[in-house]
This record gives sequence, structure tokens and C-alpha cells, in this order.
Amino acid sequence: MPFLEVDSLTVDYQMRRGTIRAVENVSFSLDKGETLGLAGESGSGKSTLGLSIIRLVPYPGVIVEGHIEIDGTDILKLPEHEMRSIRGRKVAYIFQDPMTSLNPVKRIGAHFAELIHTHEPNTSKEEALERTKKVLENLEILPERINDYPHQFSGGMRQRIMIGLAIALTPDLVIADEPTTALDVIVQAKILELLGNLRKMYGLALILISHDLSIILEKCDKIIILYAGHMIEYATGIELHKHPKHPYTQGLLHSIPNIELSDQKLAAIPGSPPNMLNPPKGCRFWPRCSHVKEICRVREPPLIDVKPNHFVRCFLYGKEGVHVERSRKS
Amino acid sequence: MAKKVFMLSEVVKVEQLEKYFPVQKGFLEQLFTRELRYVKAVDGITFSIRSREIFTLAGESGCGKTTTGRVIVRLLEPTSGKISFKGRDITKVKGEKLRLLRRKMQIIFQDPYASLNPRMKTVDAVGHPLEIHGLAKGEEKKEKVLEVLDKVGLTPPEQFINLHPHQLSGGQRQRVALARSIILKPEFIVADEPVSMIDVSLRTTIIDLMLSFRKELGLTYLFITHDLAVAKYISDRIAIMYLGKIIEMGDKESLFVNPMHPYTQALLSAIPVPNPERKRKRIELSGEVPSAIDIPTGCRFHPRCPYRTDKCSKEEPLLIELEKNHFVACHLIK
Repeated sequence: MPFLEVDSLTVDYQMRRGTIRAVENVSFSLDKGETLGLAGESGSGKSTLGLSIIRLVPYPGVIVEGHIEIDGTDILKLPEHEMRSIRGRKVAYIFQDPMTSLNPVKRIGAHFAELIHTHEPNTSKEEALERTKKVLENLEILPERINDYPHQFSGGMRQRIMIGLAIALTPDLVIADEPTTALDVIVQAKILELLGNLRKMYGLALILISHDLSIILEKCDKIIILYAGHMIEYATGIELHKHPKHPYTQGLLHSIPNIELSDQKLAAIPGSPPNMLNPPKGCRFWPRCSHVKEICRVREPPLIDVKPNHFVRCFLYGKEGVHVERSRKS
Repeated sequence: MAKKVFMLSEVVKVEQLEKYFPVQKGFLEQLFTRELRYVKAVDGITFSIRSREIFTLAGESGCGKTTTGRVIVRLLEPTSGKISFKGRDITKVKGEKLRLLRRKMQIIFQDPYASLNPRMKTVDAVGHPLEIHGLAKGEEKKEKVLEVLDKVGLTPPEQFINLHPHQLSGGQRQRVALARSIILKPEFIVADEPVSMIDVSLRTTIIDLMLSFRKELGLTYLFITHDLAVAKYISDRIAIMYLGKIIEMGDKESLFVNPMHPYTQALLSAIPVPNPERKRKRIELSGEVPSAIDIPTGCRFHPRCPYRTDKCSKEEPLLIELEKNHFVACHLIK
């Protein structure tokens, strides 16, 4: 059984102006040691999806449907105090902005001490200190700096400290939400490599959320492409790069510059992402799609598999594919 | 990309440009110390941009690329050095003359959420330059605004003219900013990270618009970016900055095929490549970018350079033309 299993997850933001369905009917699973990439543009629901896994969808977001099982436990049914012991210990979340995620009036050591004592009250001070030092060492931060305040560190170091806090309790799953967006390329490469090494070292499952498809393609085994809350394609990285099926995925791949290619021709995807308060009927991508057919405007395409482990939500592939959602029910 | 466009005259020329910002001190410090300390954001750079060229300044945050752009359009006063625009020294231009100059040089900012006044309708935001320069108002202004909105792909323009920024998406806002920058028919535009806040699927549209305006309106661009992949796509020539200095500069092809400076090599090796089967060797750099207040002696990159020698910490390397149109500032490369 996979470590993480998400099944037909749907998340709504219920507001006075109306309801935004930020994530709709998303299913996937992840094993330890694997890296899953969630890619999509702003508003595609990738952060909401990540936050649902630790049940921290911000108000007014509500998980309205679906199951999330972590290590065999259905976490949507857990009372809050039990959920708290899963967060941090089993599943850790690395937030986007390292500048605001650390408490500016607490020393770095105190951040770690608080975390360790909250989850493991019986740990002695010395042991907590030892463990902190060891984590910092793995992140190439001098253990002496344990008594420094966050402002004394650079952005890249702060993000490494955030990663340290995430892995201090040796969780089984780490969710990194745009962990390098605020950082420069050289630091970004270092952080991503570090995450990869930690994944190997601790055998963790890693979910990498990013708007940058280059990073996702470079680092992830499996990739989910989200568009307006829908999982429109799900495949291994290599397969997705070689045989992208959904017109949106194809468009995305054509719009990212690659420094290794000369005289590359980039093509834009026309139009812009839909207003989520009033998404288009049928397929959510049809107003921007060059292959749009009559049926796309009326009916929502089902997620079908075009190959083993390659799923796509598009009517272009209706005939050869197998209807996954129906076959699951039968 | 630019196939034999006319690249004769220099539109912008920058010589030994410096911009220092004084470091704020506490009250007591001000009383007891004489010495003023400076952030040397731009520390002596020289380059020129030819007509109808897209020249890119690239580098990590804090390297001085944005400051350079702002000094060139005279939004900041240079500390020293010389800026020329079409052969004319504009370093000290003031008042009315500066205002007239601004018709010819415009700037697009990174964040379209911050660069547009939230209380101005599109027609006023885009048409404002016309009013400032006394070129058009009322119906005439509206006509001109409709025309440029159509050019930047906000069609039909009548639909956008009465909208406020919050009613527009990020990509649409950046198009409005682009429309505002070309409405005066300038000759030179500084584009400071114009696509870094925009979703990937919309970036290409903005870049393509910029490229088409170069042809159509004969524009020359200074493009500022931290994203070398975008830089490679759009530019003719690229200069890599590090701590206020240009450390390598050259034609796009030679810079990407044959990067010579160790910093450029490290920078290029760190860029993610959208191909899962391509495993690249990353060049490791030790440490992080030092503060622009205490710039290292000699070559400012030497504390992080894997190939440093004694000479590097003592003597500052000059930017030398090592191949045709390819300049490098490094002692090691001969």
C-alpha cells in the first residue's frame, strides 16, 4: 500500500461572492523515496492541494469530498489533536517564503527546541541540542550559529533552516511549496540538490510544488499538471517530457525557454487562466485550446489513461483510452 | 534572432558609471564617526547599446542591474560616470530638458501590481504620459489609447479602457504597462524584469510583443533579468553583472556556447533544464554573494572562485575583449 493516497479530493473556498472550487476530484498516490511534482500556474490549486494533505487549508477553504490516507490512516477523520501529532512528525511542510516563516525574535536553536519538545516532550535539552546541531551540519550550516537570530542569515540559509525544521523529526513525507521561488538560481540549485539528497538519506517521499516546470521536470519522478483546479495530466517525468498529451501541457512545454537549445521558438498559450468564480463549462481549458471541439464546451472530459501510468483529461484521447473513473467504481 | 537589423549607431552609451548609496547610520554613530560608508550598487561599468538592439543585464539579486537601468533613465542620480543618449551627454540634464528626454526613453517595471495606480482607469493610466507632455487630451487621448491598447493585444480595446487595475489579470496589467511605455513613441525602453511576475503561459506573449515593437517602432531595449533562459531567448547581447561590475559581456551565442568567467559558468550550470533525462554537472560555488558595502579586494569574485590565485585577491581584473565581441574580466583567461 502506498504511503500517501489521495482519492477524489475536492476543496472549496466558500465565500460571500460565491464558491471557488480550487481543487476538484484529484487522485494520486505516493510511495516513500518518490518525488512528486505539482506544477501549474497561479490559481491552479497546487498550494491548496498541498495544504489539504496536512489539513491546513486556510479559511474559508473546506475539503468537501475525498479521502486522504497517510500510512493507512484516513486523516480527514482524525480529531485535531491527533492531526497535530502527524504534522511535523509524519508530514512536514516547507513554506514558500523563508523571510516570514521564521520567528524574528527567536534564536534558531529555540525554533528547533520548540519543535522537538512539542512532539517529543521526553527529550532532554541536551539531546535536543545535539540533534539540532546534527541537522544543521547536514545542511552545511555551522552548528555555532544555533544562537543567531533569523535576520543574521541570508535568504538561502533561512530556507535551509526551514528545511532543517521540516526534517528534524525525520518525517516520512515532506511537502515543499515553492521552496526556491524567492531565491537566486545558484542558491536554488543548491537547495534543490539538498532536498534530493535528504530524500535519499532519509528515504522520504517528497512533494515539490512549483510554477516552474523546468525545476519539476529536472527533479521529479512523477508529475501532476494542474489547471484551474483540475488534474489535467499525470505521468512520469520522462513520459511527460517525451509525450505530453494535453494541449495545455504541450503549450507549457513550448513556452519555457531552455538554455541548452539555440534558436528556440517559443509559443504562447493564447488567452489567460479562467476566473475561478465563474469557470467555463465543460473542459476548463477549452477557451484557450486550439483543438477545441463541440463536446469540450459542454461536457467535462474524464481522466483517462492513454498508457499505463499516464493519465490525461482531454477528449482528444477518448477512443483509445480506458475510462478510469468508471473502471474504478466497477 | 535579429537577422541583420541595422546596428549602426549607439543609442545609449554608459562610461565608468557608478552609483553609491550612503549607508544610514544611527544618531550616535553619526556624531562619533566621520567616515561615511556606501553600498556600491554600481561600481564602474561601461557598455553601449546599439540601435534596435536588445541588450541584457543579467545577474543575481543585488548585483546592481536594476540600479543601472534606473540611473540610465535618470530616475536615480549617478554618483559618477557618463551617460550618453544618441551621442548627447545626459548625465546632468535637468528640468524641462529632462522631461523632453523622457519622451524618448521609457521604463517598464517588474511588478504590474505596483506600477499601476489602483485608482486610475486604463484610459487615464495609459494616456497620462500624453497629458504630462501636453500632446493630447480628452477625445484625442482616448483615440490614441485605444490604438496602443490594440497594439499590445488588449482587444477589443473599448472593453478595457474603463477598467481599473484590480479588474485586470497580471498579464493584462503588464500589457497596460507596456502600452503606457510606448504611447509616446519612445526610442529606448528599459524593461526591468517585465515577465518575472507573470505566469509562464503568458510570458511568451509579452516577450513577443516586445520583439514585434522593436521591428515596428524601431525600439532599442535594455532588458534586465535574473533569468538567463529568458535572456537567451530575447537578447542580442548579454552582460553578466556581479557585485556592481560587469564580469562578462558578449553576443548571446558566444556567451552561452563559450562562457569564460568562472561565475558565468557556475550561473549557467545552475539553471534548471526542462529535460528529465539530462543530468548536468553543477559547478559548486562556496559561500554567498558578499555585501556590496565591503567589496572584496582584487577580483570581487575571488573568495568564491574555485580557480583563484594570489593575484586575484590583489589586483582587479579589467574587462578585456578576448574574442571578437566577447569581453571577460578574469586573470585566468588569456
